[in-house]
Amino acid sequence: MSTPDSCDRRVFQAEDRATRAVRGFTLLGAIFVLVCAILAFGATRVSGVAGLLAGLLAAGAGGLAGASLLIALAVRFREPLGRLLARVAFPIFMVAVVATVFFAWVPALLYEEVDRLAGSVSTASGEPRQMPLGVAEIRSYLLGSCGVGSAWVATLVASLLWLLQFGLVRDLITVTGIVVFVSLVAMFGIWWERKVAGRIQSRLGPMRVGGWHGWAQSLADGLKLLQKEDIFLSGADRPLFYLAPYVAFVPALSLFSVLPFSAAWVCRDLEIGLIFILALLALGVLGVLLAGWSSNNKWSLLGSMREACQMISYEIPLGFSLLVPVMSVGSLRLTTLGEVQANGFTSWVAFASPFTLAAAVIFFIGTLASCKRAPFDLPEAESELVAGYHTEYSGFRWALFFFAEYAEMFAVGALATILFFGAWYSPLPAAWGAAWERGPIWQRALHGILFSGPLWLIGKSLFFVYLQMWLRWTLPRVRLDQVMFACVQVLLPLALMVLAGNSFWQLWVLPQSGLARLANLVCAVLGALVLVAMLAIIVYARVNRRRLVGSLVVEHLPGA
Amino acid sequence: MLSIGLVHYLTLSTLLLCCGLYVMTIKRNAIGILIGAELVINAAAVNFVVFSRYGAGSADGQVAALFVIVLAAAEAAMAIAIFVNYYRVLATIDADAGDMLKG
Amino acid sequence: MSEAAMFYVFAAVAAGGAVGCVIAVSIVRMALCLLATLGAVALLYFLLGADFLGAIQLIVYAGGTLVVIVFGIMLTSQGSAARFLPRRGEVVAGLLVSAGLLAGLTAIMLRTEWPQAGAASEASVLHLGSRLLSTYLVPFELASVVLLAVMVGAAYLARPLAGRRTGSGHEG
Repeated sequence: MSTPDSCDRRVFQAEDRATRAVRGFTLLGAIFVLVCAILAFGATRVSGVAGLLAGLLAAGAGGLAGASLLIALAVRFREPLGRLLARVAFPIFMVAVVATVFFAWVPALLYEEVDRLAGSVSTASGEPRQMPLGVAEIRSYLLGSCGVGSAWVATLVASLLWLLQFGLVRDLITVTGIVVFVSLVAMFGIWWERKVAGRIQSRLGPMRVGGWHGWAQSLADGLKLLQKEDIFLSGADRPLFYLAPYVAFVPALSLFSVLPFSAAWVCRDLEIGLIFILALLALGVLGVLLAGWSSNNKWSLLGSMREACQMISYEIPLGFSLLVPVMSVGSLRLTTLGEVQANGFTSWVAFASPFTLAAAVIFFIGTLASCKRAPFDLPEAESELVAGYHTEYSGFRWALFFFAEYAEMFAVGALATILFFGAWYSPLPAAWGAAWERGPIWQRALHGILFSGPLWLIGKSLFFVYLQMWLRWTLPRVRLDQVMFACVQVLLPLALMVLAGNSFWQLWVLPQSGLARLANLVCAVLGALVLVAMLAIIVYARVNRRRLVGSLVVEHLPGA
Repeated sequence: MLSIGLVHYLTLSTLLLCCGLYVMTIKRNAIGILIGAELVINAAAVNFVVFSRYGAGSADGQVAALFVIVLAAAEAAMAIAIFVNYYRVLATIDADAGDMLKG
Repeated sequence: MSEAAMFYVFAAVAAGGAVGCVIAVSIVRMALCLLATLGAVALLYFLLGADFLGAIQLIVYAGGTLVVIVFGIMLTSQGSAARFLPRRGEVVAGLLVSAGLLAGLTAIMLRTEWPQAGAASEASVLHLGSRLLSTYLVPFELASVVLLAVMVGAAYLARPLAGRRTGSGHEG
């Protein structure tokens, strides 16, 4: 119980802790500055490897000194800082997103630099020189032609560039980038889902953790899940129980290795990329089945059997709807499927004919069933089956299932974008900005933002993820026999008719004829109208949020 | 040992064949027998692909393996339907329990 | 060199899965070992240059046939009543037959003079598809008829029996 005395005491203790923290960090910062000064002095006196090492340590100590002093300042001025952050949080968030993408661009620029270096060094020595270059060669080139100043900076940069020549190192960097990206997407997706769910249900969602709209809620949830007890089930098949989350998660993560984020931003551009993604989506279902079976729990078993029924139902319409863009473009390679759509809004595959538009819709419904999202979320139906196939999973294993689900949601959104809705191209035709592709860095960045680049792919995929979330919290769940009826008796004949119609369209309607262009224009106008209508609804609801029924909670609660 | 040839792949497929045959002989669970049959079919498909790659050099073996996969899927679906019926009638999946025509 | 390493790893997983099927007592463990074998064989197809076939193996075999098998297991083999141990005479006979076959086939294989490998030919999806629709058109159409027959037969066999009122919405 908090009496006034104990309340005051607690506040006093918090203040006391803050002043102690400020004093401690300032002292630490001062110590690091001293160490840095000594090491820098020593580095200028001693030469060779010891000098290099001392220089590196001095730089490290200087960095730590700066960090400690910054922390001390932040704690000392935490109240005005908190108020400032709450106001500029959203711009900072957007800048952080864009900055992350540009930071991911740096390795690609470094690779280009290294390749150019290899080309120039070989012509300079007059004989064809095979990769990899040695560190000394790069260093001498840097000191000589590039005009880099001091020797040890050149050595440092040369060792870094030497490492970047090897395919293995480049692959490691790419895989790390993919893992980090998937984790960020999953964490962001979970937070976003709760905010979207809240807004649709006339409430605000997470608001407290981290200050601005609870942005750190996913971090807090992740930390909580990591430290939960690992429950050992009696009567459960232990190896299968431990294996199931990984069988569900690993395919969802691996499919990002084939997904192109732009024409050149792809880990492995397989000739059969689309089929490979289909294969990995099919493998993820087995993890669900194993999880349900090995839990020794009838609710889990019911959930996983529902997932098996659902998978058998949606797989065929999904496959048929995927054949339609493949037929229109003529390749299974994802980069080819994307590059066809470079000429602006009207060249997007979804608007090429009414059949491809129908195929896009069927594909989207099929992916809703594939990701186990409402209205097809029977396997994890919270109101019926406790938690379906992941009832008995707690802590990090449950988090793996959810990571897999959000990773898959983003991946199928990206697939829908690449196949139907323009891949990484903006609605403007790429020909208008072709001059900027080879220019200096700022021109290429602008080209990436305006015409074609990974930001467009990520943005469009997030739009499809948002659409999936919107549908989940709007539509009710359907019964299993209704799911099977919808997939097998409605979607499958529709998909077959769309496939047959598209083959007749390909054969008998010539590509640039009047009928084809008219259909293209009509479908493009239809698509644009739908998008504009969605945006208009969002803007109208935001502007009139105090007036509309259902938007009851629009401000923070007092004290929040 | 370092350059992989025909013999390496054939050893693997022979091993798969014999394991599948043993499983088909031993298991009393009818679905276990089916799993053994799947192993045998897989071994045959691997043989097709390997011979087309290392022998003839054409892609005919891959087409044959494609047909093998299709027919194996059809066979598994049919077998599961039969086993479900078997379970309904006899309340067990033990293959040795289906001896009503004996003697 | 790396191809050899990858072959040995994938072959070890495939062989391990097959041996696991042999020694597993629980039917679900057998299905898991079959999954390992199917996955490893798909990876071997990728190694042999049969990309499309490897992906189809993963989709149809691992993602379709195995799901149907696991579904059948869930419907029929629940609980400890599904642990059947074989009789000793059967084990001996099975071991004799399969070990004998293994020894015989390996002996024949090692003694044969295999022809030298030719160059790997064009095996793209386009090539496979055109083969399916030209040289192998009749088997292709026959396979579709077989699939139709299997679908009708399985649906008929698994129908609800007469006199049993299961109602609509009966889930497994």
